[in-house]
Amino acid sequence: QAKIAARPSAYSTDAKPNTFEEITTYNNFYEFGWDKSDPARHAGKLRTDPWSVEIGGLVERPGSYALEDILKNVTLEERIYRLRCVEAWAMVIPWIGFPLADLLNRAGVQPGAKYVAFETLLRPEEMPGQRGGGIDWPYVEGLRLDEAMHPLTILASGLYGEELPKQNGAPLRLVVPWKYGFKSIKSIVKITLTEAEPRTTWKSLQPREYGFYANVNPEVDHPRWSQATERRIGAGLFAKREPTLMFNGYADEVTGLYAGMDLRVKY
Amino acid sequence: MLVSTVNGSLRRVSPGWIYLAGLIPLAWIVWLAVSNGLGVDPVKEIEHRLGKVALWFLMGGLAITPARRFFGLNLIRYRRAIGLIAFFYLCLHLAAWVVLDMTLLWEQALRDLVKRPYLYLGLAGFVSLIPLAATSNNASVRKLGRNWRRLHWLVYPAVGFGVIHYLMQMKVVSTEGWAWAAAFTALMAVRVTARAFPTRR
Repeated sequence: QAKIAARPSAYSTDAKPNTFEEITTYNNFYEFGWDKSDPARHAGKLRTDPWSVEIGGLVERPGSYALEDILKNVTLEERIYRLRCVEAWAMVIPWIGFPLADLLNRAGVQPGAKYVAFETLLRPEEMPGQRGGGIDWPYVEGLRLDEAMHPLTILASGLYGEELPKQNGAPLRLVVPWKYGFKSIKSIVKITLTEAEPRTTWKSLQPREYGFYANVNPEVDHPRWSQATERRIGAGLFAKREPTLMFNGYADEVTGLYAGMDLRVKY
Repeated sequence: MLVSTVNGSLRRVSPGWIYLAGLIPLAWIVWLAVSNGLGVDPVKEIEHRLGKVALWFLMGGLAITPARRFFGLNLIRYRRAIGLIAFFYLCLHLAAWVVLDMTLLWEQALRDLVKRPYLYLGLAGFVSLIPLAATSNNASVRKLGRNWRRLHWLVYPAVGFGVIHYLMQMKVVSTEGWAWAAAFTALMAVRVTARAFPTRR
């Protein structure tokens, strides 16, 4: 299979990536079921072609953007990023994608916009998890505009040089490496620029446990477990837990975004 | 008819076989672990599977009395074995948490434990089962007399804590979680009604 052409990036970590198998069989994608092995089992039914993203709200050029058209107008890069799940496990993943800022600039952000809201596909016929209760579908997420425009924030369309597997959020997903994994919304169909902080799925389910920011922070514990350490997936049965790094190791790049903010309150 | 056949054939099955059969889930987990069958995150799989097996046996133990009352199925003489097997899997579940999951980071483990209800509820369930396991021999039954029954009443809150612990560790309670909660509630409800409306003999 032809590899997707992608430039290397200075933002990539030199840590060793997890295997393709690990990355594609251990997924939290509740649209396909609760178990981490469910997405790999059930995502095959998802139709990702044709695909378009509705961009609206406070933008100059709202409308439906076809996926091919989005990808034609960007330069794809390989970004090897650390991923830290809120459940205290971690991986290293070689994404292929482009800065979200490129797409937002193409749509033209209006001066009044302060936040970006994202929405996942709602298609219960193909996403068995959406036929069950527990979560108010579709999955929604959001970022502050400066977070969304940050060069580390990408939309990924590939993995390990191939098209993004469906269980990993095909055909287009967000990746925000300094935040817990649930912020990186999958299979995006809608992006809306807003003035007010948008609703996000996990925050509305459990506001005490999941905040809007969800920055990786070893000093602010989840109410039910410590975030001070993490288990590296693939490290073996008897591997030690590793200390979790502030902003998942991206502190140099992103600390400035949160100057003056109390991260214990804005978790 | 069927029930009496089952009761009849069970007379030839000594409780010793139950202990042996109780090792099958452990053997299965060990087999999966050595053959790479536990997926990408074997630590969580081992930990969760051990806890789940303990839950099967705990609930199975609670089902024995109602099974006799409603279906005439007599499994009373296997109850001790089932309880001890459950306790054995709880020991392994706890060991998996300390050794494989927390990787012996005692300080973090203890801090987690005192701060987090789902952890200390689970531990409370385990601790309240220790005296029951310790007195699950004929000598204790004789020595404690009526107090043995009183002591072993602790199994109800212990399993209750266990079920809550199981539900609380989920991000969102799944269908399976609710099914276990419903099963526990039903097993408790039949006991309450048994007291309120004793069957005529």
